[in-house]
Amino acid sequence: MQDAVTTPPDEYEAIILPIFEVGRSFKRWATALGCVVLWAAFAWVWQVSHGLGMTGLGRPIYWGLYITNFVFFIGVSHAGTLISAILRLVGAEWRRPITRMAEFITVLVLFFGVGNVLLDLGRPDRALFIALHPHLRSPLLWDVSSISVYLTASTFYLWLPLIPDIARLRDYTARMGGWRHTIYTKLAIGWTGTPEHKHRLERIIGVMAIVVIPIAVSVHTVVSWVFAMTIQPMWHSTIFGPYFVVGAIFSGIAAIIIAMAIVRRAYGLEKFLKPIHFNNLGLLMLVMCCLWFYFTFAEYLTTWYAHEPNEIAVFDAKFFGRFSPYFWMMVVTCFVVPFTILANNRTRTIKWTVIASISVSIGMWLERFAIVVPTLSNPRAPIHTFSYHPSWVEWSLMAGCFAAFTLLYMSFTKLFPVISIWELEDEAAAAMAPVPHAEVRRPLVPTEG
Amino acid sequence: MARWGMVIDLDRCTGCQACVIACKHENNVPFSTPDTANHGRLLTWIQLVPVEIPGNREATATPLMCQQCDRPPCTDVCPVSATYLNPEGIVAQIYPRCIGCRYCTNACPYSVKVFNWLTPSWPEPMTTMRNPDVSIRPKGVVEKCTFCHHRLQQARERAKAAGRDVSSDDYTPACVQTCPADAMVFGDLDDPNTDVAALAGSPRAFRWMEELGTRPKVVYLREGE
Repeated sequence: MQDAVTTPPDEYEAIILPIFEVGRSFKRWATALGCVVLWAAFAWVWQVSHGLGMTGLGRPIYWGLYITNFVFFIGVSHAGTLISAILRLVGAEWRRPITRMAEFITVLVLFFGVGNVLLDLGRPDRALFIALHPHLRSPLLWDVSSISVYLTASTFYLWLPLIPDIARLRDYTARMGGWRHTIYTKLAIGWTGTPEHKHRLERIIGVMAIVVIPIAVSVHTVVSWVFAMTIQPMWHSTIFGPYFVVGAIFSGIAAIIIAMAIVRRAYGLEKFLKPIHFNNLGLLMLVMCCLWFYFTFAEYLTTWYAHEPNEIAVFDAKFFGRFSPYFWMMVVTCFVVPFTILANNRTRTIKWTVIASISVSIGMWLERFAIVVPTLSNPRAPIHTFSYHPSWVEWSLMAGCFAAFTLLYMSFTKLFPVISIWELEDEAAAAMAPVPHAEVRRPLVPTEG
Repeated sequence: MARWGMVIDLDRCTGCQACVIACKHENNVPFSTPDTANHGRLLTWIQLVPVEIPGNREATATPLMCQQCDRPPCTDVCPVSATYLNPEGIVAQIYPRCIGCRYCTNACPYSVKVFNWLTPSWPEPMTTMRNPDVSIRPKGVVEKCTFCHHRLQQARERAKAAGRDVSSDDYTPACVQTCPADAMVFGDLDDPNTDVAALAGSPRAFRWMEELGTRPKVVYLREGE
């Protein structure tokens, strides 16, 4: 197939070429990740055949790694749709090369969020009961509803801006034919790029950008309500909705920055993914970092000041007790490290924003863990509790989720352009055209390079 | 219709745990070893826990089972209606419906719902001694005290055969029947003529964690002064 690829027709060849070329390091990574996924599949079969006794869970710590991962993945899903929708609405022109990568994170990672709930079920064979016998008063059912809507909307929102680029690939592969051409033809739904087509597309993208924002906010609010609606100490909190949404956007931006850096390096897209993108996303992340700290501070100060005995037992376990390593590690990785890096103009470079993002990703995972497990470890009733250590099955399935996510993301880059070509073309065209009202859009903070 | 409830007199309770054993046998609750219990895998529908009761210097060993709340925190959160408050006030659990998400176990402030982490098993001589009236729960579902619901069903059939309504005298859970100190009393809380209703109104009576608004139907009687 590669022989059929002749000289690419335009300056965006750097974006198109990686789709048709599978390099050696891609194959190596795919094989390694595939092995991890296979191992996780084995662990899952083991768990299903022996029961959830194969995990480290027990009474009263009924939820552990799987639910932590569920909240974490759903949080990361706010990377794409929400951020790209907000940036579109406010007309931030610099967003153009990064929205596609972000939107794809959303759609993919949602599957792993839902998947972790399925991994956690004692009877996964009965998962469909949620649809057959729904109980509307359960926050878990609200979750199922809002995540399904979000998944549908984000898939649609990913596909819409892909149409012109798919059409480009359809024309590009016209001579070679094959399965790729069939897929592209189907997905391009007869796009020819007429002004009328373009007008319609922009309109519907504009509508979707507005629609997905409340949906995205509802998703993580409802996830937080799974905890907040119970009367358990340090779960039953009124600020959990916004607190979780802020954390979700925070970890979402971190995920985009990491994905951007990897794609940029692997496919040599330095021309399109510039320091300004890392700088601007870094600034957004800095805002979320401060918001996250504010919510965390408000939450813990209120608990500590009131000193309600059951709440303070959980509080002490996090601040000074068994969970203090996780808690303080979270404070360092979610606030100290990213704040120090991102608040400084000189360290808001590509390398350092990526380091801050890795730190935030670890920190936000720890935050989810520090919400789920310490509360369950300190129940109101004076029953015997134990120290929860996830088993090899849980660690394997977690590794499997991350590996499968990366693998699917890699496959996506072999099917579709990771950067929206038509939106870049539009931007270039707009820059060429005479502007009646000279509107100068400056980056928030000028950076070198 | 009856509203079944229980009174446990902590002044009479000796902490002998006969109720715990009776419950295990009656309801086919699998055995646990100290090792499995230490890892949080103890399966039990009733157990003795040290409860700090205001006015007492030391924690009191208190039999703890499902408190059969009139406003149960566990039933609302179930996504598939596998657990619900039945018309007679018993918090029921439908094993074939339960998907094993363990949301109810986490929502219960008393931590009295237990989960089948593994397929239940019994030592060889015990397998033939299981109660044929109570189903064996499969792995992956939640279970809890049902106030020996199978005994209520039998009592209802006997009463029906005799042409009358089931009354407090017809039905007693295994723990109450076994208690050698007569510390447990069971019956219809709505019937003013029952012992259980009279004792529930005693000045010594308290409901555990009632400040949470759960309205339990297991009533404890404080130790005498």
